[in-house]
Amino acid sequence: MNNNISRRDFLKRLGIGTSVAGLTLAGCKNAEKTVALASDAIEGEMTYRTNPKTGEKVSILGYGCMRWPTKPIEGGKEGEEEIDQEMVNRLVDTALENGVNYFDTSPVYCQGMSERSTGIALSRHPRDSYYIATKLSNFNPATHSREASIAMYENSKKELQTDYIDYMLLHAVGGGGLESLRQRYIDNGVLDFLMKEREEGRIKNLGFSYHGDIEVFDYLLSKQDEYKWDFVQIQLNYLDWKRSKEEEPLNVNAHYLYDELEKRGIPAVIMEPLLGGRLAKVPDNIANRLKQREPEESVASWAFRFAGTHPDILTVLSGMTYMEHLEDNLHTYSPLKPLTEDDLVFLQETADIMKEYPTVPCNDCKYCMPCPYGIDIPANLLHYNKCVNEDNIPTSRQSPNYAQARRAFLVSLDRSVPKLRQASHCIGCNQCVSHCPQEIDIPKELHRIDDYVEKLKQQTI
Amino acid sequence: MAINEKLEPINKGNIANKQNLLQKFRRLLAIISILLITPLFLDFSGTWQSIFGWMAKIQFLPALLSLNIIVILCLIILTLLFGRLYCSVICPLGIMQDGFGWLGKKAKKNRYSYSKPLNILRYSFLAIMVVAIIAGINSMVALLAPYSAYGRIVSSLLRPVWIWGNNLLASWAEQHDSYAFYNVEYWQNGYSIMIVAVVTLIILAILAWRNGRTYCNSICPVGTVLGFFSRFSLFRIVIDKSKCVNCNLCSRNCKSSCIDIPNHKVDYSRCVSCFDCLGKCNKGALSFKYVGLKSSGADTDPKKVDGSRRQFLSTAAIVGASAALSAADKTVDGGLAAIEDKKVPKRKTRIAPPGAISLHNLNDHCTACQLCVSACPNGVLRPMTDIENFMQPESSYERGYCRPECTRCSDVCPTGAIRPIDTADKSSIQIGHAVWVKANCIPITDEVECGNCARHCPTGAISMVDYKNGHKIPVVNTERCIGCGACENLCPARPFSAIYVEGHENHRII
Repeated sequence: MNNNISRRDFLKRLGIGTSVAGLTLAGCKNAEKTVALASDAIEGEMTYRTNPKTGEKVSILGYGCMRWPTKPIEGGKEGEEEIDQEMVNRLVDTALENGVNYFDTSPVYCQGMSERSTGIALSRHPRDSYYIATKLSNFNPATHSREASIAMYENSKKELQTDYIDYMLLHAVGGGGLESLRQRYIDNGVLDFLMKEREEGRIKNLGFSYHGDIEVFDYLLSKQDEYKWDFVQIQLNYLDWKRSKEEEPLNVNAHYLYDELEKRGIPAVIMEPLLGGRLAKVPDNIANRLKQREPEESVASWAFRFAGTHPDILTVLSGMTYMEHLEDNLHTYSPLKPLTEDDLVFLQETADIMKEYPTVPCNDCKYCMPCPYGIDIPANLLHYNKCVNEDNIPTSRQSPNYAQARRAFLVSLDRSVPKLRQASHCIGCNQCVSHCPQEIDIPKELHRIDDYVEKLKQQTI
Repeated sequence: MAINEKLEPINKGNIANKQNLLQKFRRLLAIISILLITPLFLDFSGTWQSIFGWMAKIQFLPALLSLNIIVILCLIILTLLFGRLYCSVICPLGIMQDGFGWLGKKAKKNRYSYSKPLNILRYSFLAIMVVAIIAGINSMVALLAPYSAYGRIVSSLLRPVWIWGNNLLASWAEQHDSYAFYNVEYWQNGYSIMIVAVVTLIILAILAWRNGRTYCNSICPVGTVLGFFSRFSLFRIVIDKSKCVNCNLCSRNCKSSCIDIPNHKVDYSRCVSCFDCLGKCNKGALSFKYVGLKSSGADTDPKKVDGSRRQFLSTAAIVGASAALSAADKTVDGGLAAIEDKKVPKRKTRIAPPGAISLHNLNDHCTACQLCVSACPNGVLRPMTDIENFMQPESSYERGYCRPECTRCSDVCPTGAIRPIDTADKSSIQIGHAVWVKANCIPITDEVECGNCARHCPTGAISMVDYKNGHKIPVVNTERCIGCGACENLCPARPFSAIYVEGHENHRII
């Protein structure tokens, strides 16, 4: 990972070096080559959106702090990982340098270590050079009480080394319906407390992030006069844009959510623009299709441009683990090149093709983890998706590449997931289901994958 | 000697060269043979076994135990024709010893000398073997069987290195997104086996380095049996007294110590037809030729036994047998829930793999060569540690279960201890039955839905029924259960599963 920044520096230097060379050796072949190499260079200025309430300028690229890079703990057990703070610092520095000023975290991210890590990296810069968003993540019934919830909020400020939060969110409302909302925020007076904190300036903007039951979304917006939401965080991407309830049981019809917010003049913060990388790791024919239209742009850039094209969006969050992700996104948004009408039609067609692939809509958020029975749920689902995308899901022994695909599936399964953490060990206790923001019926999917693995092993498929 | 070689007449050279060709041919066959048989214990993909599995089946003792009369007859005919060629080109333990002997000869030329046969020793070991086979003392059979000794050496000493090498390639392949190699879990399934293998290897290496085929001619019961026949072989080494100058060069290069130059006799019961002597004789006095049904020239005088050596060997065997077994613990990932290792439940009757027919049959035929243990891709088979069944395989399901698509152990077994079966047979062979342990079952202890045993039962022998706490518990239809252990292995209860398999003494077809 140490190479990342140096790669960028290298490109910059190479650019400078060769532009000098270009001056001296005009028309030299080398210079042309370098220009081609540096097509992902950051050419212009970051695009900013204005918060209608505070007038503050927020970068259209927001940093999601849910997927910080990790490294093995020195002297720790095999597989034990900790956040790579040095790398986080460099990612944050690079982001700030290039105009990113919105950082979104939560007390539960990265096994509870995200806020501290983000706080360490950000506190090395002036407090007024960035906006912090964090959440009241009182999912656990043990934290439903007013005291425990407030303690969580106070702890967030401590970890983030600040005495005010720029953007404060109720975390993932909608899961568990209205009843869960009441338990977590209403009946215990926590929402009233947060509104009070907003009045007193310790919270600059108050909003909520939404997943799940549409009833909760509609309810909270219907109370706009009372709660005065400053922003709302929704899942939006070209795959979820036009999703009808009949198509899938998911309630993330982003078109509807966005329109409701736009009607009320509430800015939207976008999460999962890339579906946890699912819109970057696409099947070959989708990648070819996107590349054919914009050969020099990344597959991921389409998802970010789609999200950014909507005018009422404040910022688009991306959980950038690697410097390459950050660089690619900076390139896409510096500045944003909005999609044309043609582009949007093209992307909707692309989404329709993608829906034909039987991937599991897992975004690797790890909310379901840890499984009490030791299963690595996201790893199982992502491995399956990878095989779907790489066309390694043979459906019959007559398939032309049956032997090859079977081997690829089984060998890569053992590589991706240790045997004891594979789907065959899912007992169907259903404890994970309520945690999944994508409302995946995890045990059902795991059992389906296990059945498939079993058929492949026994060669009955 | 060097002078002799220089003075060698040219016309004699032709004879020596021609006869040397026999030695070269024998060496070539031996190398091919060991190169074919060794991978049987190494290849975890099962490919080699399916092509060259017959190499194990033509070994003398396995063929004898599986009552493979055709192979036994062929081997005896081979011996009656050419002497103990078996010991030189088929037996992997013999070939391995030749390797050590070759190194020994590099270190010191002409290092051997004639010695009288240790008849009491070799007949005692043969008697022990016969008694052990008849009485079913299989740990003794297993220790003495040469092919099995080689199998243990390769499977417990070479196999870890092989797997380690494979895993290096696998990680390289993973980096290059290739599926050519895949990672294989190495599992040290018995330290006692390893100790036996190490001791065997050291003893053999020392003996072979110093004195050539001492083991084959004084301990190995197969060697002794073949020695009975080789006395009468039609083709044999013959000394032409008229040409012999008593230089002893042949005798000093005879790894079997069987050329008695003063009497111009060869002990054919010990000669392994290696042809090394032919090329050594400068006078052309030695030849390998057809002699017909002449009487044996062997010196069969009983002679004093080398007591100390025997004592050393038997002590080593006891040390090996009493070595303790301990299992290595596996670490878990930090970010995930810890998974405790499963422990072996106390089974009233141990489990034999399908194809074994019965514990009795397994016990009677198995020579503990470890071929099945090496071949098992699911970590089910492991060597036993008790004296009675020492190093013979048994099944247990902590690391995996006897998967329906796999018949590898039955494919490779050369002795008839595990008879060949196909997957269809397997699905109907009942090797045991599942037993539910209420105290461990998580719908009762943790009050959660489970049913993982029922979901994975390949014969549908397990059903989930309502229990008074509102959850469902498994019930086993033991008539349909085949004892494969899918339920035991995939049961979430740890370290002891809530459902485990009891073995059956006699396997049944259901």
